[in-house]
Amino acid sequence: MAELVAVIASTHHPFYYRASTATGEERPPFADEWVRKITAFRETLTKARPDVLVMVGSDHFHQLWLDNMPQFLVGKAPFYDGNFYNEEREFGLPRMLLKGQEDLSTYVLREGIDAGFDLAFSNELRIDHSITCPIITLRPQNDLPIVPIYTNIFAPPLPRPKRFVQLGRTIRQLIESWPSEQRVAVIGTGHLSLELGGPRQFGPHGPAPEFDQRAVEWISTGDIEGCLAEVTLDSLHAPGNATHGFMDFMLMMGVAGEGRKADYVDTYDLFHTMEAYFTWYPNGGPR
Amino acid sequence: MSKYLVNKFLYTVDRDPELVERYREDPEGTVAWWEERHACRILNCHGGESSTWVRFDDTERAALAGHDYPALFELGAHPFLTLTLFIAMFERDYEEPLGFQQEYARRLSHFSLPYPDIAT
Ligand SMILES: [Fe+2]
Repeated sequence: MAELVAVIASTHHPFYYRASTATGEERPPFADEWVRKITAFRETLTKARPDVLVMVGSDHFHQLWLDNMPQFLVGKAPFYDGNFYNEEREFGLPRMLLKGQEDLSTYVLREGIDAGFDLAFSNELRIDHSITCPIITLRPQNDLPIVPIYTNIFAPPLPRPKRFVQLGRTIRQLIESWPSEQRVAVIGTGHLSLELGGPRQFGPHGPAPEFDQRAVEWISTGDIEGCLAEVTLDSLHAPGNATHGFMDFMLMMGVAGEGRKADYVDTYDLFHTMEAYFTWYPNGGPR
Repeated sequence: MSKYLVNKFLYTVDRDPELVERYREDPEGTVAWWEERHACRILNCHGGESSTWVRFDDTERAALAGHDYPALFELGAHPFLTLTLFIAMFERDYEEPLGFQQEYARRLSHFSLPYPDIAT
């Protein structure tokens, strides 16, 4: 059976690429420390020596649209182009091409549907910065095949937080039962408190630092029950109008498991939103 | 009320560099042209299979034609779509980095929770 060698949850700040590659006058004052943190975070994936990456993210109205909106969608294609014109325009993100692990996509779809998730699929999926950002930060050589999994955190009605946790648990079971000798890492990205297009956007910190603190506590201690007791679709409006992206972190807590403390935790308080980085090693440390 | 159609306008203009410029320069004309020619088009179908019933109401048309992003927020347009497109059109007019984004927040500062519903 395949081995789950690392579970990683991260924010996906689209400005990292530009900040980290800028030089001279253009380089923002927070860039050096940010690069240092990302480099340390990257090492937690490298050490796990994965062969395949399952990438959980959320399309930001790029390819998926309101005339046909899936709640959970799995990419099943031999390749995925990455990044869209408006991400190049606003964030300076580069065009990318990622390889797909199609047999694992097939397995996740068949077994996931049988396990009670009516997963949508796509045979021609262009992935956006929710998946390309963690490739840029965690695996910049972009040498591993992926299975992209998209969640709807953007276009209500949304699935409830509990459903995200359940999907995370199911993804873990599917990987661990995949008849293959491959080493698999799951990387999922979401948001802490975040406001987009509202009065609290682009402040000196995230819109709700107290929420961020609690969120980091829930994630780093694997406190799924505590988190589910407080987080609802309604409650997530309070910390910022785009905070529903936190449910992707809840999905990753589901992958990591109830009560599982993260083996690596780091945060970085930036303008607009707080960065947060977590790694779990399901079977002890990397071997 | 056709929040969906307002979102569709923002979405289809935002992804087309020429339309972004056209909407910046001539908002009223672009909105009228788009409603006439593109509003009914189902994105994944050819023109012969367009919808026959979609149109803006007057408030929505006026908000779009006036580049009035506080009004769009009030109407429940998806804030991510509005923000992304308006950054593309107007960030360039501000000297300071994030100058437009902060002005945008200020112009919405009279809103408090709960914000207008964005469900479509
Ligand atoms: Fe995002």
